[in-house]
Amino acid sequence: MTLMARNSITMRHGNGRLGRMLVLMAVALMLAWGAAAMADQGGRTPSPEVVIESQEACVAPPAEMRRQHAHMLAEQKDRTVRQGIRNEAVSLNGCIECHASSKNGSVIGTKQNFCQSCHSFVAVKLTCFECHQPTPEKGKRAQMTVSAAHGLLTPLPGAEGSR
Amino acid sequence: MSEHKPGGGASRRDFLAASAAALAGIMVAPGISLIEIASARAPGEPVSGTVRWGMLIDSTRCSSGCDDCVSACDRENGLESAGATGIDERQRPQWIRKIELKEVSTGRTASLPMMCQHCANPPCVDVCPTGASFKRADGIVLVDRHTCIGCRYCMMACPYKARSFVHEPLTNQNPEVPRGLGCVESCTLCVHRVDKGQTPACVEACAEAGHGAIIFGDLNDPESEISRRLREVASTQVRADLRLDTGVRYQGI
Repeated sequence: MTLMARNSITMRHGNGRLGRMLVLMAVALMLAWGAAAMADQGGRTPSPEVVIESQEACVAPPAEMRRQHAHMLAEQKDRTVRQGIRNEAVSLNGCIECHASSKNGSVIGTKQNFCQSCHSFVAVKLTCFECHQPTPEKGKRAQMTVSAAHGLLTPLPGAEGSR
Repeated sequence: MSEHKPGGGASRRDFLAASAAALAGIMVAPGISLIEIASARAPGEPVSGTVRWGMLIDSTRCSSGCDDCVSACDRENGLESAGATGIDERQRPQWIRKIELKEVSTGRTASLPMMCQHCANPPCVDVCPTGASFKRADGIVLVDRHTCIGCRYCMMACPYKARSFVHEPLTNQNPEVPRGLGCVESCTLCVHRVDKGQTPACVEACAEAGHGAIIFGDLNDPESEISRRLREVASTQVRADLRLDTGVRYQGI
């Protein structure tokens, strides 16, 4: 239901193809993570080799991130591009700053890299990085703190402009 | 912010900060940086139509042969980074270019930078079939690359030849300026810098080089430097006959 509602919001922006693609991506990724969960229990199903190095809490609980990250980013891109709202908790640069691999400093490159692991597992094309940089800007890893009330990340005072 | 510092008057910066905070109706809390205050916009608040960003370019201070603004733009927006396939130089994206004008009858010459004029009635937005070309509330005309299908209708519609198409895959973009193959792009007035309360890279470079030929500011604010100058000197909108109400104005042409 939430998926449909969010999709209709995306569609209203006149971007039906992207909306449909996002739903497909979300379904595919849900299947992938479902498969991963089954693999943990039974060990008979292949699973993506996702390596999560960051020990910090994400902007939302993992279950929500798995299902909603594409929608969160799709909504955030409009807020940033069209309304000029920057430095928010949800941001692609934020994902990259936390999840860039310590091996190659990127979220893509190998099937162990954070974004590529699941996307290559479910064969969902990862086009974000044709335009966006998959590596954090130098010295721009955000200092983050967790707000107990919402579990949302907010930049620490003094870390402004880091994303 | 109503408190004054003991043992000294409030500095100009404090005063500006307080005025900006009062204007935006926000409390200045610890953790809000001066940069955010300078943009007079609370975090999470969308850009508003009370501001209209514009430029006044004084061609009498713009010297022929100087391309500091062009190179600053290329650096800031990552236009220098070569793509994988060496394309024809004429197809290289260019957001700002220097042009030389000559009045045929008198022989008087002028040099000026030409870029997206950030029209109030932009033809690129009119013709865009997907809604990718749009005008932000504060007057900055942009391309939403998430929606752009690369049809290049906007390039044909623009009377200023301001837009470029990205013909080759790109790498090493500026993280704050995502751009890539298959999209049309043009001057963004360095929107990522403006949102931080800074001025566009070309304006900064021109000032640093000592020319100071470009003034950037809010056309809607009668007290801004650009509005004061526009009141004082004769300025021109290029192709004013098209009634596009450009945000970029020229002086001395």
